Amino acid sequence: MNDVDDILNSTPSVASMFRLQWEEVQQCWVLLYPEGMVKLNGSAGEIMRRLNGEKTVHTLIADLEADFGTTGLQADVLAFLEIAGQQGWVNT
Amino acid sequence: MPTTPTVGPPLWLLAEITYSCPLHCVFCYNPIDYTQSGAELSTEEWFKVLRDARAAGSVQCGFSGGEPLVREDLELLVAEAHRLGFYTNLLTSGIGFTPERAKALKEAGLDHVQLSFQDSTRELNDFLSHTKTFALKQRAAELIQSNGWPMVLNCVIHRLNIDYIDKIIELAVDLGAEYLELANSQYYSWAQLNRDGLMPSKEQLERAERVTNEYRAKLGDKLKIFFVVPDYYETRPKKCMNGWGNIFLTITPDGSALPCHTAKLIKHLEFPNVKTSSVKEIWYESHAFNHYRGDAWMKEPCVSCPEKEKDLGGCRCQALMLTGDAANADPVCDKSAHHHLVQEAVAFAQVPDAQRVKVQPLVFRDPINSRKLSAKV
Repeated sequence: MNDVDDILNSTPSVASMFRLQWEEVQQCWVLLYPEGMVKLNGSAGEIMRRLNGEKTVHTLIADLEADFGTTGLQADVLAFLEIAGQQGWVNT
Repeated sequence: MPTTPTVGPPLWLLAEITYSCPLHCVFCYNPIDYTQSGAELSTEEWFKVLRDARAAGSVQCGFSGGEPLVREDLELLVAEAHRLGFYTNLLTSGIGFTPERAKALKEAGLDHVQLSFQDSTRELNDFLSHTKTFALKQRAAELIQSNGWPMVLNCVIHRLNIDYIDKIIELAVDLGAEYLELANSQYYSWAQLNRDGLMPSKEQLERAERVTNEYRAKLGDKLKIFFVVPDYYETRPKKCMNGWGNIFLTITPDGSALPCHTAKLIKHLEFPNVKTSSVKEIWYESHAFNHYRGDAWMKEPCVSCPEKEKDLGGCRCQALMLTGDAANADPVCDKSAHHHLVQEAVAFAQVPDAQRVKVQPLVFRDPINSRKLSAKV
């Protein structure tokens, strides 16, 4: 298994320090933590809201592609998850 | 006629629910005339503030004061804020933080407790001497951990404790902190009164930064340390509160709505009150909140400065306190005609204590001093 396969088989979840929430007034998903907030753009929000610690990244990508009637999202999703991991937003 | 710039929602609600406090910190930012404040808002009045603010888009809610644990309805306020979907923060000294209250607050849905330490009773070295103050902080820290809250500690740094920054960091590690904010005192209210006694020398600051970096290297991810430098040592001011009436909404114990803790000292502005205005009216329509938004209010050197969007001319309160006009550039900026006032304060901070001829005694924050000093205002 190579690194990409490992990631595709992983089941990430939102890190416990953060709370993911839809904000009606801001019309976006946000990550809340002590005294702070990360505003997520559209695609980041759609990825984060699907993380439940049980679904694999592979399934997550398939779901996104189905929900948005598109293909070829793997590269973008993996790139985002790498950033999210560096920021501490996700547990893998 | 300058147009009102569009502004986003009041994302951060600071609920200062009481000015009562068992401590007497010399660096307190509560107004010196806090004893002249009107009657505290009732539980129901705070519920309305929370509901209004949430509907307007507030999402972070800080419960502060004074000491918020003094209010017996704190759990009710937290529960309501939680029910509304706020992320709730308790900013406390830990005094009054019993196992029963911690449990109740956890059940009410409190998300985070920020514990201050090295706050002062009348014994400034009380904490470092491991007296009962430390035992109290230890108990509070244990309650924070056992209730599953992140361990966030805040320590105000000033001339009298900056040389012990290594001990402070080690105490934070002992208490199990995950985050430590070393906040160099800003000079507002009681801290401004006591400024000469609180401002560290450049040498002290540089040493403290060095020590902090050594600990950062040693501790790695075990403890995240934030070190906030006093703005008097900069040549450009801070973007205060991220902009006047931009993100932060402070509601004081008597319901006054302010863009920051100390804005009431800007006497020519009449600040609205939540008893008579809704949060949306306050935020979007009030004269006071609109007054320093945008740049139409700016004077030189701010108005034609290429950096004005970066810091918006700094802090209005500081401009007023030091230059007499809230619309002036914050004199921390070296473009300000009044920058010498900051330089003079900094120069005095370099004078060793032993060489200071006239030493103003520290004024401790308490109701007697507040009333005495309010009479002069």
